[in-house]
Amino acid sequence: MPANPLSPKERTAIPRQHMPEQPPAERARNFNEVNLGFDFELAKQEALRCLACAHPKCVDGCPVGVKVKDFIELILKGDYLAAAAKIREDDVLPAITGRVCPQEDQCEGACIMSKKFGPVGIGYLERFVADYERQSGKIGLPPIAPPSGKKVAIVGSGPAGLSAAGDLIQKGHAVTVFEALHEIGGVLVYGIPEFRLPKEIVRQEVENMRKMGVRFETNVVVGKTVTVDELLNEEGYSAVLIATGAGLPQFLGVPGEDLCGVYSANEFLTRVNLMKAYKFPEYDEPIYDCRGKNVAVIGGGNTAMDAIRSALRLGAKNAYVIYRRSETEMPARVEEIKHAKEEGVQFLLLNNPVAFLGDERGWLRAARVIKMELGPADESGRRRPVPIKGSEYEIPLDVAIIAVGTSSNPLVQSTTPDLKTRKGGYIETNPDTLKTSKQGVFAAGDIVTGAATVILAMGAGRKAAKAIDDYLKTGRW
Amino acid sequence: MHMTNSKILEARFLAPDVKLFRIEAPRIARKQQPGQFVILRVHERGERIPLTIAGSDPKDGSITIIVQGVGKTTRHLNTLNAGDVILDVVGPLGKPSHIEKFGTCVVIGGGVGTAIAYPTAKALKEAGNHVIVIIGGRTRSLVILEKEIRAFADEVIITTDDGSYGQKGLVIDPLKQMIADARKIDMVLAIGPIPMMRAVAEVTRPYGIKTVVSLNPIMVDGTGMCGGCRVHVGGKSQFACVDGPEFDAHQVDFNGLSKRNALYREAELRALTEFEKHHCKLAEAK
Repeated sequence: MPANPLSPKERTAIPRQHMPEQPPAERARNFNEVNLGFDFELAKQEALRCLACAHPKCVDGCPVGVKVKDFIELILKGDYLAAAAKIREDDVLPAITGRVCPQEDQCEGACIMSKKFGPVGIGYLERFVADYERQSGKIGLPPIAPPSGKKVAIVGSGPAGLSAAGDLIQKGHAVTVFEALHEIGGVLVYGIPEFRLPKEIVRQEVENMRKMGVRFETNVVVGKTVTVDELLNEEGYSAVLIATGAGLPQFLGVPGEDLCGVYSANEFLTRVNLMKAYKFPEYDEPIYDCRGKNVAVIGGGNTAMDAIRSALRLGAKNAYVIYRRSETEMPARVEEIKHAKEEGVQFLLLNNPVAFLGDERGWLRAARVIKMELGPADESGRRRPVPIKGSEYEIPLDVAIIAVGTSSNPLVQSTTPDLKTRKGGYIETNPDTLKTSKQGVFAAGDIVTGAATVILAMGAGRKAAKAIDDYLKTGRW
Repeated sequence: MHMTNSKILEARFLAPDVKLFRIEAPRIARKQQPGQFVILRVHERGERIPLTIAGSDPKDGSITIIVQGVGKTTRHLNTLNAGDVILDVVGPLGKPSHIEKFGTCVVIGGGVGTAIAYPTAKALKEAGNHVIVIIGGRTRSLVILEKEIRAFADEVIITTDDGSYGQKGLVIDPLKQMIADARKIDMVLAIGPIPMMRAVAEVTRPYGIKTVVSLNPIMVDGTGMCGGCRVHVGGKSQFACVDGPEFDAHQVDFNGLSKRNALYREAELRALTEFEKHHCKLAEAK
């Protein structure tokens, strides 16, 4: 009997199921997860919508090729653990990607249903089975090959590093992941807030890897504490994967950016997420007391949404997104923008700060902002914002968070002289193998591509893991 | 989760509220150079604070830090003793001090700044410089590391604000005297409170004497990721954690630095008051 008893017509007649959420007014004041997850019935209804295409476009749309059709079929059979295991074949962090992937640009964007009926909620279903699996305690850890006798060092414990570690440990290699901070997860723990990705989920995934045999060493800044050459020549590692991400904050370069109250999004989010400053004084790390204040984020990406929604939860009276283009050009996920609006974030689109103004103590009191209009498209294909002369105005602000992108951190490159980099300090690699210019050294994720998404970094991590395994087996560079 | 706990091997007070710790940190000990720092976190809910490394022993895998108890975390740290553990220690961070043969170097340490200047002063001596160290403290009990510094320095001058030890006055007084005496000074390193470093910069500026200071802005990660430690140097925004912590004193915007350092004063005071209350209760219970 087919898993789905419905005819195609009946399937398309079912509306896309809504994700249950915390009510906006309530969630805007707490750090608990916004999306509450599907129950069995919602999951079944959503799964029934899948047309089970002969050539599923969703799989092509996924950067790691998750077998979407197969796992949805397993949901319909009620075998949720098997569905989770099916996803894990291609994606070792399903509970995370189910929450943070930009599905509308990937699997769901490619779904045949998307134009006429709304895409199948693939992300919601992925999250459903991953959460089911985690709560069942029966996580299907994959088998581990016999020890190869080779050691691999992975620099950075973000999505690229973790996914590579998960693959390499299965191949029987001894894997050590080095992390500069005191917690494992990279951007998953310092960047993405609790209300979008509960840290318990990251901890659980890391715990799974530990069970599989991955070693984690926190508080090691490769490039400072130990160099890549020392890992290769003195510590016996046969290969090193650099997965350090794009962690350096960019600023606007306008006057007043050093005033008290102006933060990089990295700092603001790290204080809130990693250091739990929202629980001050229970936790020691402080953050600007946002209660009753005017807070703005500058930028229109996911990081900007994360930062401003965090500020709202810290008690901001007015929370603004100041973005120099229009909503169409905003790089943030549609769901994040929608959630932010529902929670009361105010969008000042086609606006751009030209200066931050302080009081005599050196604290931010306002931003001077200029209005913009859209001109012809630039090299990114988006219409270039052009300032409108004479349109400047002042907006009172206590806190401004700069979220206009990140660039590469040079710590590893600058201490590894024979590692070739390109403009911006990103590491040059062979696109097929992710081999760098230095024998035994591979690089993957944002440190190669520039800031991208969790899933793309994971995909790159997997690709690197495969190439590292080949290299360790054949010795061929 | 943590595999990098650091055991405290030795702990002793050098002055009231100033404590020396020798801690286990083999990776850091192997790499440390004068001028570099560590970031540490004392407990699971603790903040990350930067502290300069006073010295290291690669053979026994230990590093030495000297801590002045001023806020909650440093006071808490100073309650720890040999055998206790510090949850997280990461480093060595920052650029090492620039060491070369300058000629005559005047190294000025104000208060616990003396501990930060100590390894660099020693390295300057080892590089063949004539090293004059000025150690300043508010009062006699706050003059630290005198014996250790006398062991290598060519000249040592001590000043106290209240005249209880050495010359009465500020650390800039003997520096001004040397300049007035037309002594040849090739380089000055000044480390201490911001007003002291600013004062030294103003003394040497008219004479164009190369002057270096080590800055201590607010930091979180210490690897260039957060940008919280940005300071204006020569009109450009620099990150003290990766571009510093040492900078050309004549280029530093001390005014901006001291304003930014006041950002969390209220929160710091609140945390400290609650800690002291709790700590006193514990002490009474004992």
